Amino acid sequence: MSVKQISIFMENKPGALLAMTTVLAENRIDMRAFTLAETSDFGIARIIVDDVYKTCTVLKDMGFVYSISSVLGVVIPDVPGGLNQVLQILNEENVNVEYMYAFQGGKNVNGAYMIFKVADEAKAASVLTGRGIRLVEQEALEAL
Amino acid sequence: MERYYQPEIETASREQIKQWQDERLVQQVRHVWENVPYYRKKMEEKGLTPDDIKSTEDLHKLPFLSKADLREAYPYGLMGAPLKECVRIQSTSGTTGKRVVAFYTQADIDLWEDCCARAIVAAGGSDEDVCQVSYGYGLFTGGPGLNGGSHKVGCLTIPTSSGNTERQIMFIRDLNATILCCTPSYAAYLGESMKEMGLTPDQIPLKAGIFGAEAWSEEMRQSIQDTLGIKAYDIYGLTELSGPGVAFECSAQAGMHINEDHFIAEVIDPDTGEVLPDGQQGELVFTAITKRAFPLLRYRTRDICVLSHEKCSCGRTHVKMSKPRGRTDDMLIIRGVNVFPSQIETVLLNLGYPANYQIIVDRVRSTDTLDVQVEMTPEMFTDNMGEIAQRQKQLVDGLRAMLGLTAKVTLVAPKSIVRSEGKAVRVIDKRKI
Repeated sequence: MSVKQISIFMENKPGALLAMTTVLAENRIDMRAFTLAETSDFGIARIIVDDVYKTCTVLKDMGFVYSISSVLGVVIPDVPGGLNQVLQILNEENVNVEYMYAFQGGKNVNGAYMIFKVADEAKAASVLTGRGIRLVEQEALEAL
Repeated sequence: MERYYQPEIETASREQIKQWQDERLVQQVRHVWENVPYYRKKMEEKGLTPDDIKSTEDLHKLPFLSKADLREAYPYGLMGAPLKECVRIQSTSGTTGKRVVAFYTQADIDLWEDCCARAIVAAGGSDEDVCQVSYGYGLFTGGPGLNGGSHKVGCLTIPTSSGNTERQIMFIRDLNATILCCTPSYAAYLGESMKEMGLTPDQIPLKAGIFGAEAWSEEMRQSIQDTLGIKAYDIYGLTELSGPGVAFECSAQAGMHINEDHFIAEVIDPDTGEVLPDGQQGELVFTAITKRAFPLLRYRTRDICVLSHEKCSCGRTHVKMSKPRGRTDDMLIIRGVNVFPSQIETVLLNLGYPANYQIIVDRVRSTDTLDVQVEMTPEMFTDNMGEIAQRQKQLVDGLRAMLGLTAKVTLVAPKSIVRSEGKAVRVIDKRKI
């Protein structure tokens, strides 16, 4: 039920991001989602890709430091209050959201996708699906 | 069973060593007086003649030589033998100013190579060994010195010189090199590269390393020993005194035996020039008593260390010097606090960081800033920003405890700090004073 996210260490300086996207572009890796967390001197680029294994291999070859973590892909109903409803469920169940970010779903997806990093992933997955919220699988993301 | 290259010298009684030093010093002072006008003038200024130096007890009367003298006398001013007897020069990198050019007669080269051979045997080397010399060859003394020592011991010598890491590793593996000679930072880099290739210590044929030409910490020794699966030995020397081999570590790996049959060591107070007793930290001063072509008397090394005459478990009787805590000219004064790069290295290695770091000193609005740049490693990296910030703070705290001042710690991309194949560039001082 979870999705694999690759987190990459970046220096916060001109050209750092470009160096990473160049590696991905040259290896024809398709990003499904991307977000950046930063401090004044370093940052973490978090990406969801179409091919996790290949991405890790090329990043390692090019000397990037990265880690793989597990996150939840949630389909947010595309109506006013859609995200609010999801957060309400997590709040009621006491699941803390560490961070989250949204990205474009495919044309055939009825809703927006959001990535959630939560403290208790199994619990979050079960309470959300129990209340009719759809989760997106790794395979579905790769196939987008 | 400890082995020695020249047992009768290395394990001689203290009385014997004193006798050698007394005789050789008297002879050397006369040699310098007669052949080096530059130093003779210095002696005359102090009202000294060779007759005033009757034994090592009189050594303290002699004037010092410093790097400034070497620059002033450049190139031939301190040459002690006629040109036709000199067969070679070696030279320093000149990174801290004008190059130092040192001269050698064939006998000078011979004694220098003997000193290096003692170091190799002390590290467990014999004619059964394959010794790879990855110090630079050429003007730098590292390559030629260890190369000569390795020949004397009878090792199969691989003169790779520095650089071309892939080829270094190929030779180590293909020829089963058992001893590696290079700078400690290059040893660490070779270790890192072999680890990346998936080699474990038991797949690396090396058993010992002789690493010198720059300051390195006990923690760095541990880390090199672990990645390469070897015993790492320190070796000390200066071009001014011949090159590596002035002092070397034995199996005890606790301090370096100074080759006292060739060099008399003193530790002085760097401010007053006063000679300090054993066990007290100060600036190391050497008098070369056997070299003829470049016979430096009371040369101030600017290396800070401690001497010890305590009995060594290896059986050698020559005095030991501690690892130099740093050179007086490596020492940074930041906001009035004395900082040695080796202290920063100790903190990093203790907290599990690699020995690849750079220290950047600057002055912003008349206040000194200290920025320690450390490379991120896969082991340290996590998706959790807070955890990384926590580690950064741990480093800042560790540095504050060690140095007594607040440093900024910057995490930089892996491999972004340039690897050195010779001496590592640890400090970038941007202050304009």
